[in-house]
Amino acid sequence: MITKVRNHPSQNEALLFERSSPGKKAYQLPALDVPPVDAAEALGAANVRAGIEGFPEVSEVEAIRHFTRLSTWNYAIDHGMYPLGSCTMKYNPRINELVARIDGLAWSHPYQPEALAQGSMEVMARVEAALAEITGMDAVTLQPAAGAHGELTGILLIRALLEKRGNPRKKILIPDSAHGTNPATAAIAGYMVQNIKSSDTGVLDVSALDQIVDRDVAALMVTNPNTLGVFEHNIIQAAEILHKKGAMLYMDGANMNALVGIARPGDFGVDVMHLNLHKTFSTPHGGGGPGAGPVAVKKAFEPFLPAPRLKRSARKWTWDYKRKHSIGRVKAFYGNFGVLVRALAYILAHGGEGLRNATVDAVLNAVYIRKQLEPYFDLPYSSPNMHEVVFSDHRQAALGVHTGDIAKRLIDYGFHPYTVSFPLIVHGALMIEPTETEGKLELDEFVGAMISIAKEAETEPQLVKNAPYGTRTSRVDEVAAARKPVLRWKP
Amino acid sequence: MYPENFRYTKEHEWVLVEGDTGTVGITDHAQQELGDIVYVDLPKPGARLEQGKSLGSVESVKAVSDVYAPVSGEVLEINPALADAPETLNSDPHGAAWLVKLRLSAPAEVANLMSAADYQAYIGAEK
Repeated sequence: MITKVRNHPSQNEALLFERSSPGKKAYQLPALDVPPVDAAEALGAANVRAGIEGFPEVSEVEAIRHFTRLSTWNYAIDHGMYPLGSCTMKYNPRINELVARIDGLAWSHPYQPEALAQGSMEVMARVEAALAEITGMDAVTLQPAAGAHGELTGILLIRALLEKRGNPRKKILIPDSAHGTNPATAAIAGYMVQNIKSSDTGVLDVSALDQIVDRDVAALMVTNPNTLGVFEHNIIQAAEILHKKGAMLYMDGANMNALVGIARPGDFGVDVMHLNLHKTFSTPHGGGGPGAGPVAVKKAFEPFLPAPRLKRSARKWTWDYKRKHSIGRVKAFYGNFGVLVRALAYILAHGGEGLRNATVDAVLNAVYIRKQLEPYFDLPYSSPNMHEVVFSDHRQAALGVHTGDIAKRLIDYGFHPYTVSFPLIVHGALMIEPTETEGKLELDEFVGAMISIAKEAETEPQLVKNAPYGTRTSRVDEVAAARKPVLRWKP
Repeated sequence: MYPENFRYTKEHEWVLVEGDTGTVGITDHAQQELGDIVYVDLPKPGARLEQGKSLGSVESVKAVSDVYAPVSGEVLEINPALADAPETLNSDPHGAAWLVKLRLSAPAEVANLMSAADYQAYIGAEK
């Protein structure tokens, strides 16, 4: 019997604060070879502090080991399938990283004079042009930092145009299948939110829409395909109903992975939309960003786009700040540049044909999972699905096993859980999005795990209800964490 | 389970009308569907509510859901206990965990609501 000092990786990791020891340093300075200066005298005692209270003091190797160990706890797309619905957790090709690390791009600075930033500006101009082509829209801003930020920018653009036309209007219509950020965006932009019910087949009910749209409606915010993974096949009609009354069609581009290279929102009546580069265009987002939420618009909205705008003059790129109708800046500098570089690398490495193939494969994979799992899980909406599929836990719930339990059990099988309890219109939802990344082998392993769990739910429901077993901690107390959160460590 | 003297909405709120005041809450069915409730957002006293419009929201571990006013009226009082003990909504939704009391501005609206028997049939059918 030996006593392991550290039974990595199954042992829990102490906080860095708990490892702290006064006086430890991760650096060593050479001996002072100039006359010493008394900081308090030079700067004023009020501006000098002795230390930072509670700041952990550790050596370099302790800091490195701490974070390296923590990093091995992650489940990442580089480990295996990450079927988190609505999040498009696709593989991030290494070519993206290679390009983003090119010195001239990685070390460029937003305060560089234009003459020394022509390459970076060219990158941004090409991203704008590629996204405009892919979406069928006329102009693109790259400033917004992520999807919800793009939504807000987009709705502010709609407000600006309507205001210019004399009336910003009062309401934004949002289907009950929408992402939660949509109503939040509308409210922050000063609009009232009116929910509209989906039809029995899980799409927009255009006859109901026709009744609702009036001169108070500024826009309809719609995700297409919607959160059920179903294409809004009435979208052109919906756009006509809105446009007839002077209202706009906003598209949440979160699910663009189902459309790239196949259908263009600009061709089916969308006025303003955002894209999530960190979803559709494969920039990393598992760790919380940074993301990028470019907004694409039709010509009428172009004057209102955030300033500055890229402008080609003579034979060089310049920044155009003189935009009197602009809604103003929405982000420091020009957006999350490193993310834009990765997205361009992805787009160019694929080419038009490759992007289209990715879309086709993403849809094929989701349809394959649906067909394989349909005998085992309840499918509340039977309309053809695109890049994701939404089951419900209806059958398993009768045995006391809910979607959250199945998701936890999936961890024991070595997969990241799917999205639970969303969209809200499906009771006990299991929302699965494989993306184009997975080959048949990985898909079959996932399907096998899901079928195995469905059988466990029948024969040994308690096993599923108490999962996971193979993790450091099993079930955490989500309720206590929400009701009585502990937000900081105290000695 | 569902008190006979309450009236119910399709959105799973209840109202108890006494004279010109109404006490509003969410139903036992609603709390079961939401799961463990962790936060309650209520209007301020004096706010004017309109039947069918959102009066606030309840947040569970799963989701945030709007609560809709079963009848129109002015908020007289909100339940002060819920801020510190939102879990009461899970344990006693028809009693201690009432949300708001209001003065009805259109008492005739009560006729649009369901009886206990109708509500039970409604949630039975919804399942």
